Amino acid sequence: MIELEDAAYGYGTEPLLSEIGLRLAPGSFHFLTGPSGAGKTTFLRLCYADLLPTGGSVRLFEQEAKAMSRDDIAKARQRIGVVHQDCQFLDHLPVAENIALPLTVSGRKTGQEAANLEELIGWVGLRARADALPPELSGGERQRAALARAVIMDPDVILADEPTGNVDWEMSLRLLTLLVELNKMGKTVLIATHDLALIRAAKAQVSARVLRIGGGRIHLAGADL
Amino acid sequence: MNVVSRFLRFVQGDSQADRVVPPTGYSARLTVFTAGAMAFLAVFAMALSLAADRLADRWSDALARTSTIRISAPLAELEAQTWAVLTVLEQTSGVDSARALTDDEQRALLEPWFGPDLPVADLPIPRLVEVVETAEGYDAEGLRQRLAAEAPGAVLDDHTRWRRPLVEAANGLRLLGWVAIGLILASTAAMITLAAGSALAANQGVIKVLRLVGARDNYIARAFVRRFTLRALSGAMAGTIAGMIAVALLPRAGDEQAFLTGLGFSGLHWLWPLTVPVLAAVTAFWATRIAAFRTLGGLR
Ligand SMILES: Nc1ncnc2c1ncn2[C@@H]1O[C@H](COP(=O)(O)OP(=O)(O)OP(=O)(O)O)[C@@H](O)[C@H]1O
Ligand SMILES: [Mg+2]
Repeated sequence: MIELEDAAYGYGTEPLLSEIGLRLAPGSFHFLTGPSGAGKTTFLRLCYADLLPTGGSVRLFEQEAKAMSRDDIAKARQRIGVVHQDCQFLDHLPVAENIALPLTVSGRKTGQEAANLEELIGWVGLRARADALPPELSGGERQRAALARAVIMDPDVILADEPTGNVDWEMSLRLLTLLVELNKMGKTVLIATHDLALIRAAKAQVSARVLRIGGGRIHLAGADL
Repeated sequence: MNVVSRFLRFVQGDSQADRVVPPTGYSARLTVFTAGAMAFLAVFAMALSLAADRLADRWSDALARTSTIRISAPLAELEAQTWAVLTVLEQTSGVDSARALTDDEQRALLEPWFGPDLPVADLPIPRLVEVVETAEGYDAEGLRQRLAAEAPGAVLDDHTRWRRPLVEAANGLRLLGWVAIGLILASTAAMITLAAGSALAANQGVIKVLRLVGARDNYIARAFVRRFTLRALSGAMAGTIAGMIAVALLPRAGDEQAFLTGLGFSGLHWLWPLTVPVLAAVTAFWATRIAAFRTLGGLR
């Protein structure tokens, strides 16, 4: 699905990440942890070609990211659902339309999809807020909407950046359960989070690999987690 | 695929797709207004061109390369001088044909002034010779001198020649009209490029989000292109209709030669202004499309 090989990235001249090698195999479940500022978001952005590696290679669905045209990238992104840490909505459209946006832009908004949309909005507990505008949402509501948007396209890969950062424990577990369910349906899932309790809760439900970013490298985390 | 159905689909669009770019009331109103104003001006430029065209046609028809020679002489000499003139003309290069008007023709010419019963033959009125020149034309000064020698009573009246510069002026005016239309189109394109550019710049955040959820450049561009094309089309339609009404309301005098009063459309020429909204829409389409792809190419 997504492969990084000796990939490196730096925003300026200093490399932030280097020697990153990772393969997100189909159906795998990964957690990514690390201190704030370690480069988790940066790593995810490499994974959906929002950033191009400054060294090494990143491949999305067998295609070298650096060689992809913008159309190729758009097509790849239709197969990757991303929960952005800062959510990224269109503030002038109601929540429901924001959640449906990936369908809209790929011309796939059909009757069946509309039914799925209804169900999904209920699932993330936003039925009452479906007609609100994104700026009117609480932080947790925004994150739930972002998760709903990430999965609406039935993507092959789901990359979630702090999807439970602003929600209570009960909602965190619900969102986690949704992601685990999707993983059981064969989706590849990667969650970047600080929340070790969430990782422990997940390990009870699914066999997940835990990665840690630190010092610009990526390691498999120890068994303490 | 059928062009018309494609166009209709473009106009109907995808209401959902349209909403992904927030409405921009200000630049929208500016675009509609400018397209309207430009269309209004284009209609006038078109009227000017077509009027100049008609004028040039009419005047060059009238030119038709004819002139007259007037022979005033005592009755006794008139016949001889007429012959002399015709002989000179026969030998003048650049003269296609020449003939003396008959009494009947002369009477017809004079009738409006003197009534139908004028005894032309008995009056000392000048004899008229009509000269048709070839395409190259003759040397008027040379002809004048030879006429003076051969037939002192003959006066060459190349009265229609003064119109030649007018025909040239009319042709110039027509060209000016088309240049004006070209300039109007070019400034419409420039204005729409600016408006679209500012709309794109104002919506960078939107473009970023659309890209993150997998929108292709073509999709994003289309949202802008459709918008600006429809705005230009509607503005230009209003401007064109206003322009056509204004042209229709211009006072029209009977005198066809007067230039200002001839400013207008006649007959099928009324269909010409209808091309203005189409041109405006096509211009807006390409201007926005090029601006959009340039902006999108610059944004990663
Ligand atoms: N656009 C940018 N330009 C320059 N530096 C950046 C940019 N984005 C991030 N950085 C820097 O890169 C480093 C890694 O940022 P990143 O957002 O990847 O961290 P993170 O692990 O996601 O942190 P957090 O847990 O707080 O979200 C930080 O030091 C940050 O300041
Ligand atoms: Mg981050």
